[in-house]
Amino acid sequence: MQMPVPDPRILSQKDPLTAALREVLPADAIITDPAETRAYECDALTAYRCPPMIAVLPATTQEVSDVLRLCHRFGVPVVPRGAGTSLAGGALPTEDCVILGVARMTAVLETCYEDRFIRVQTGMTNLSVTGHVEGDGFFYAPDPSSQLACAIAGNIAMNSGGAHCLKYGVTTNNLLGVTMVMMDGEVIEIGGPYLDSGGLDLLGVVCGSEGQLGVVTEATLRILPKPEGARPVLIGFDGNEVAGACVRDIIEAGVLPVAIEFMDRPCIKATEAFAGAGYPDCEALLIVEVEGSPAEIDEQLSVITAIADRHDPVEIRESTGPEDSARIWLGRKSAFGAMGQINDYICLDGTIPVSELPTVLGRMNDLSQEYGLEVANVFHAGDGNLHPLILFDANKDGDLETCEAMGAEILRLCVEVGGCLTGEHGVGVEKRDLMSHQYDPADLEAQMAVKDVFDPRWLLNPAKVFPLAASDARRV
Amino acid sequence: MARPATEAELADLIRGATGPLSIRGGNTRGMATEGEPLQTDGLHGIRLYEPGALTLVAGAGTPIADIDTILGEKGQRLAFEPMDHRALMSTAGTPTIGGIAAANISGPRRIQTGAARDHMLGIRFVNGAGDIVRNGGRVMKNVTGYDLVKLIAGSHGTLGVLTEISLKVQAIPEAEATLVLRGQPMHDALADLTRAMGTPCDVSGAAWLSPEATGGPAERRIRIEGMSGSVDYRVKKLTDLLGADDIHRGPDSAALWREVRDVTPFAGQDGAVWRISTRPTVAAGICETLARTGLEMRTIADWSGGLLWLMTPDKGDAGAAAIRAQVEAHGGHATLIRAGAATRARVPVFHPQHPALDKLAAGLRTRFDPRSILNPGLMETS
Repeated sequence: MQMPVPDPRILSQKDPLTAALREVLPADAIITDPAETRAYECDALTAYRCPPMIAVLPATTQEVSDVLRLCHRFGVPVVPRGAGTSLAGGALPTEDCVILGVARMTAVLETCYEDRFIRVQTGMTNLSVTGHVEGDGFFYAPDPSSQLACAIAGNIAMNSGGAHCLKYGVTTNNLLGVTMVMMDGEVIEIGGPYLDSGGLDLLGVVCGSEGQLGVVTEATLRILPKPEGARPVLIGFDGNEVAGACVRDIIEAGVLPVAIEFMDRPCIKATEAFAGAGYPDCEALLIVEVEGSPAEIDEQLSVITAIADRHDPVEIRESTGPEDSARIWLGRKSAFGAMGQINDYICLDGTIPVSELPTVLGRMNDLSQEYGLEVANVFHAGDGNLHPLILFDANKDGDLETCEAMGAEILRLCVEVGGCLTGEHGVGVEKRDLMSHQYDPADLEAQMAVKDVFDPRWLLNPAKVFPLAASDARRV
Repeated sequence: MARPATEAELADLIRGATGPLSIRGGNTRGMATEGEPLQTDGLHGIRLYEPGALTLVAGAGTPIADIDTILGEKGQRLAFEPMDHRALMSTAGTPTIGGIAAANISGPRRIQTGAARDHMLGIRFVNGAGDIVRNGGRVMKNVTGYDLVKLIAGSHGTLGVLTEISLKVQAIPEAEATLVLRGQPMHDALADLTRAMGTPCDVSGAAWLSPEATGGPAERRIRIEGMSGSVDYRVKKLTDLLGADDIHRGPDSAALWREVRDVTPFAGQDGAVWRISTRPTVAAGICETLARTGLEMRTIADWSGGLLWLMTPDKGDAGAAAIRAQVEAHGGHATLIRAGAATRARVPVFHPQHPALDKLAAGLRTRFDPRSILNPGLMETS
């Protein structure tokens, strides 16, 4: 993977910029020692690392504004960073950049249950937002797997999803407003605790722009009343195709589960060895979760199990209580840890139309044999968001490259069948060079035009999202 | 009048245009600007419908009625419940999905399931330079590149002319019911509605109609949808909590919400009509303040108070200064939906926004429509 060559002119600004930053930030908010900047050398895409020139940790919107104004004046690129959990390299630094971390911005600014919103500083973790309101019976719906660690800032940058977005939508559907600092230091307010935009929907394009349009420091988020209860059912099948057909029939029947999770045999095998959740020995399994009062849950589960029965399931295991539910989710929730114990892996994030599920799983199997690398699948089946895990050995020469080549081929397959490269992780650097496979030059040009307007000098997270060749003329 | 039959024809037409174009779907919202009319109804047809994937792709000129029919055959619908403007605006055209998308039109269910923009999975459009642009796709989750779908939704044709839209659709629930309580003043009713929204009852409609709107006592309406046992359970729970004079079910319930959706109490009446998005808890206060300043008005509150429909006398500025000052003070935006030519000439349709946002919007318009030929001036507020 290629990154722009560091600019010696920018590198030479390190000392004067550091001196200027010291005038606007407390000393402990500026990190310049190479031993310490190393802590920011990568995010959760650990295959790529590069310590930044400087890292800063502002605590207020004003401090963020001061930092950006200075970097703008010195012509230094800025890479915003939430909690560093991006799987796509969204927060990967370059040698000549300033990392701007929001980790010190963790205050709750306002909570209003009548109007169903909370306003927070964006360094708060996703789960702590729910933590703040759940005592009063509310929750924040988007629930990415990394929710214990990931920051709202990163959720907004990547438009993060989660297991429960089948019912509640992803970040963009739950974001009402932002305070955002532009690259030149100007602070703007977009939206607020009311619905929809009076003018152009700038909020809609800021969400998911991977930190390239501005640094979001505060966010107004929609919160919802917690359902009375939730209960999963586990259904095992002797083939991926029947499991896929069952997903389609559940959706078509009009039941709206909050989650439909899918695991294939390699994944079931690995998680059983790791967590011992007692999953049935089968080719594919679904975990379908519904919400409501006990009677409402029974009503929905009876429809779902009746549908599943028509597909010759190997086993149907309905949860009878909290302990059962926890056991059913145990394997799914430990899937990534289980895979990590067997091997190194990369996790893909392509989305496909649900109807293409059997075809795509079949082709993936062929690719696995062709490349000699094992693939395990665990994903959100209700919305077609796949998470193939390709296993490789990082200590074996060339294995990572083979794995990446196979990953690219799987993503191209997703696009071919009418899907997309990434459903919830974002493009970052990881899928940057595949963008031209999904989009024509005019499509990319329209997206880059938006960045031109928000950040005319392309200083914010410049080497991400767009193929370097496409953005070359714009980056100085 | 230009009526391209294909996307390529539309692109040629825009590339070759020498003056402003006035873009319209069915022209039911009375938003037409100066310029050569460009009608998109030739770009019609369902391109793909997969009920099992809850996905429909249609040409921008496809009538909403056609979409409702094909979805209805499979027991599905558009969840965001788009308003039909014909009665309110006294227009006669055919509402199209392109018009709905371009204006981000959503109805009462918006508080539960989201707006039109939240159900748009992908788009194709032609920008002001005549380039064909694609964004998003037809899958439920997609973060591949910037989300231009949201930007174009609600841009009222000023950034590009939509040619195709992919939509997420919804299964029609087995049952619906509406709790009606009469005679409640606005402040109390909205307090009940926000309380209902704070329960786990998954309310899909929360509205209040003033006595001037109903022609009788004021009416508080709360809608529940879902499987029949579940609807019964939640109706009982909400009735115990908030009271109800009547429970309407099935088609009777649906009719009550068509009335709210289409704002029919203001149809065929003289007066300007405002649409205000704000915080539910400040809505009653805004209306009380406006009434104290002597503004004569009729009120319908939807979205538990987050959406106010106000009918004011269509003279002077139709209350613009007072309304927009209130909205400015409390947060939100006020759009002038209906007014005579004299009012329109002096009052901007869209709510004035902060200069910093105006600058970004102007910058985007310049990039997407460099010759300023697509509905020029429509969204400008100064």
